[in-house]
Amino acid sequence: MTGGSMLTTMPDQATQAALMRDPRDIGGPRQPMLIAENLTKHFTFDGDRLGARVVVRAVDGVSFMVCKGETLGIVGESGCGKSTTARLLVGLIKPDTGALVFDGEEVGSVRGISIRRMQRSVQMVFQDSYASLNPRLTLADTVAFGPRVSGHSRRAARARAEAVLALVGLAPKLYAARYPHELSGGQRQRVNIARALAMEPRLLILDEAVSALDKSIEAQVLNLLQELKARLHLTYVFISHDLSVVRFISDRVMVMYLGKTVEVGPVEDIYDNPRHPYTRALLSSRPSMNPRQRRTEPPLSGDPPSPIDPPSGCRFRTRCVLAEPVCATVAPPLTAQGSAHFAACHAATPGSGHSAAAA
Amino acid sequence: MTDHAVELPVDGAPRAWVRRPHGYWGGVSRRLSRDPTTLVCALILTTVVLAALLAPYLDLADPYRTSVIYRLKPPGTPGHLLGTDELGRDLLARLIYGGRLSLLMGFVPVLIATLVGAVLGILAGYFGGLVNAAIMRTMDVFYAFPSILLAVAISGVLGGGVMNGLFSLTLIFIPSIARVSESITMGVRTQDFVDAARVTGAYPHQILLSHILKNVIGQILVFSSSLISISIVVAAGLSFLGLGVAPPQAEWGLMLSTLRPTIYVAPLNAILPGIMIFITSMCFNLMSDGLRNAMDVKG
Amino acid sequence: MLLFVLKRLVYVLPIALGVSLICFALIYLAPGDPASALIPDNTPPAVAAQIRQAYGLDKPLPVQYLRWLGRVLTGDFGLSLSTRRPVISEVIPAMGNTFKLAGGAILLACICGIAFGTRAAYRSGRAADRLIGAAAIAGISVPQYWLGMVLVVLFSVNLGILPATGMGDIKSESLLAELRHLILPTIALTVVPAGLIARSVRSTVGEILGQEFVQTLHANGLPPSRVFLHIMKNAAPPALAVIGLEFARLLGGSILVETVFSWPGTGFLLNSAIFTRDLTVVQGTVLALAMFFVLTNVLVDVLQMLLDPRFKRARAASGAWQ
Repeated sequence: MTGGSMLTTMPDQATQAALMRDPRDIGGPRQPMLIAENLTKHFTFDGDRLGARVVVRAVDGVSFMVCKGETLGIVGESGCGKSTTARLLVGLIKPDTGALVFDGEEVGSVRGISIRRMQRSVQMVFQDSYASLNPRLTLADTVAFGPRVSGHSRRAARARAEAVLALVGLAPKLYAARYPHELSGGQRQRVNIARALAMEPRLLILDEAVSALDKSIEAQVLNLLQELKARLHLTYVFISHDLSVVRFISDRVMVMYLGKTVEVGPVEDIYDNPRHPYTRALLSSRPSMNPRQRRTEPPLSGDPPSPIDPPSGCRFRTRCVLAEPVCATVAPPLTAQGSAHFAACHAATPGSGHSAAAA
Repeated sequence: MTDHAVELPVDGAPRAWVRRPHGYWGGVSRRLSRDPTTLVCALILTTVVLAALLAPYLDLADPYRTSVIYRLKPPGTPGHLLGTDELGRDLLARLIYGGRLSLLMGFVPVLIATLVGAVLGILAGYFGGLVNAAIMRTMDVFYAFPSILLAVAISGVLGGGVMNGLFSLTLIFIPSIARVSESITMGVRTQDFVDAARVTGAYPHQILLSHILKNVIGQILVFSSSLISISIVVAAGLSFLGLGVAPPQAEWGLMLSTLRPTIYVAPLNAILPGIMIFITSMCFNLMSDGLRNAMDVKG
Repeated sequence: MLLFVLKRLVYVLPIALGVSLICFALIYLAPGDPASALIPDNTPPAVAAQIRQAYGLDKPLPVQYLRWLGRVLTGDFGLSLSTRRPVISEVIPAMGNTFKLAGGAILLACICGIAFGTRAAYRSGRAADRLIGAAAIAGISVPQYWLGMVLVVLFSVNLGILPATGMGDIKSESLLAELRHLILPTIALTVVPAGLIARSVRSTVGEILGQEFVQTLHANGLPPSRVFLHIMKNAAPPALAVIGLEFARLLGGSILVETVFSWPGTGFLLNSAIFTRDLTVVQGTVLALAMFFVLTNVLVDVLQMLLDPRFKRARAASGAWQ
């Protein structure tokens, strides 16, 4: 299914060279930076009645890979599980089942590395909000916290914090002693990025990192991210609901729906030739730029069902124009649609029993 | 790919928009110093506290010296500015000396209860789960008693006295402080910057000290400060019932109790100690309100 | 809804048990052997041991607790050490008297608190608001026992129109006479809860007034009196919480006022029991009052749920002093 068969694109020359020099690199250029195998996370809550419990199946058997030096984009609507996935990747939440393999080593198992070890190389950039930075700490203190707890001395941590603030375009002399409330949204987001970079990560998870910003600021921050990635030889997982942003920044894209992966593949393949009905609907729900080609009907009907009680079989079938009986009984597996392009849809799976599928 | 790093004005560029960074507490104290009510109360309280602290050095009559002749003299009698009590002792001196014990029994329980209750509440709020259940359910049991009742019962059963009074008063404040601390901590804990701190692999004590504490301590202190006035009133109440300070010591509640039988003869003298309790309690309440208002504004 | 009530009661059970445990332990807090209160001095050791055995004081603590719990659940609170009468026969009438006092006080406090609090909210920021706010703070700061003394000075000593102490002559059974005795202590007790209720109502109503749906109601042409009704409905749950809490607190905290006025309620009973070292009465009174407090909390929860099905119990969020 996933893992080895979704063969990796080789990183480019510059990244390969950088990987050769990186003392922390263990697996080599062909080893995916991160493999997520069958991640599952359910949340249970108490219901209204005595004894009733509500189970939210936020992430339900999600698998994918992130290759070294690439940017994997993850898109989906609210409730699809992308934020939970982000927190699973970075160790904030422990999965119920499934495994994470970082640079060839299993995370959290006795044979592999501990979550804390992994966190030295995997960091997260949070969505900008008033709550993303500690309002009572100066920017320098916030950014220096990570290096401090990693064992650096106060002076070294401070120096590192100032260096990384400069790296994201915030002059330390002006910004180190400031507080978050004195900054604009774009500047706060730079601090978020700086905080993550202060730990010298190799993989950065960006959870809606630009979603709260005005468009012009968003463009600046995206360019900053691109530049940092090249300069520091980083790998990104970029999570967003904004399709155009994901297209701009990603090498590969994964589409999630209701806790499951529905489609994954190279960015241009996904955008030009989507094979899953949900992806198609998402892409066509972007308003047309051409006033002569207006949209008259909404491509997606109904509200997304809640992850508490997802539909049986294929979870998208309740809103899918191609739905057939087989979709209700059998959950479609991810099948190849071309090199490195996979989709989970019976209509695109030969031999599935769907009328539109090849026999 | 073009280099799009935003260039910011560095040294040499116009600096009109750069001001000295100020912390949170700077803003709070600024706002406080502009509020007239707070200033007046602060003045009154400072006077009372200073008078109590410096009592031995002030030119006061001996608060323990009794006199059969000068019993229950009204305020304004020469030599006794506020009159005398039922045993002829100077009321002004006794009120000022009494302030020492009354204020002590007001402050100390709240102080200790804040230390204990805040730690318990913050731990319960941060860790959640079993730790939370164990701590908060225990607090619930104590919270299930009306506070004055518990204080009187424990103090009474233990036999009264200052130490027992302090103990029972501390006990009754811990649950509410723990509750407030827990609630505030839980609110802070869900914020993204705490998650960001956890992602660095920090240990809980590092996160608690560097991130959580600064965000909760302010509100906890505001709540605690609102308890001081209650503590003063209840402590005096314990002495009023005979469960706190013992005669012949001077303490406002005790004085109220001993002067009570003389109410028909010298009503004004009898209610003087209560006026002190009232004023002190009210000033603390007003200041606590002012503090809360000053802290409400963001930044 | 019944399920909600049951759920609340089940939740409260461990707390009630904890409360009973503390009440049980009260006797052991006392310095010295609990038996020493029962056994007069100079009793020969053999007789003392017999007495101990008769009271079950020689058994291990957990056993004693369970036996005590069993007795309590059947209404047997033991015998008063000083009068030898059943504790419960002293506690119940005392509770009745305290109820009269606390009931009147909470009623008065509600009326004043709600009226003034609402008015302050409507006149937010203006003179009336500030005045009422100041009065409320004064109210909650005042030591009730001192206020009692002041009232006695004013009305009994100087004006001589109201009685200073007691509950009235047992012989003269006129309700009016009892009412006369009730007035001053009730006023003394009212002031603090009135202030607290006023502040709470003012803040709740003020918050509601600022919400958009109020403006929408006005814009839709609803007459102000009807809008007022809507606002009151929304303000009811939190106000009810405070009122319920204050009532329960009054029951336990009336001890000081009852002492000033020699009102024969539970507080007065507790006070005298402490000084005569009558530990069983102390225990019984505390237990009764604490249990009542616990039950009142459950009642308040249920009432709130009835009024507002969306209501989630925000426990410490208000930080209200109980």
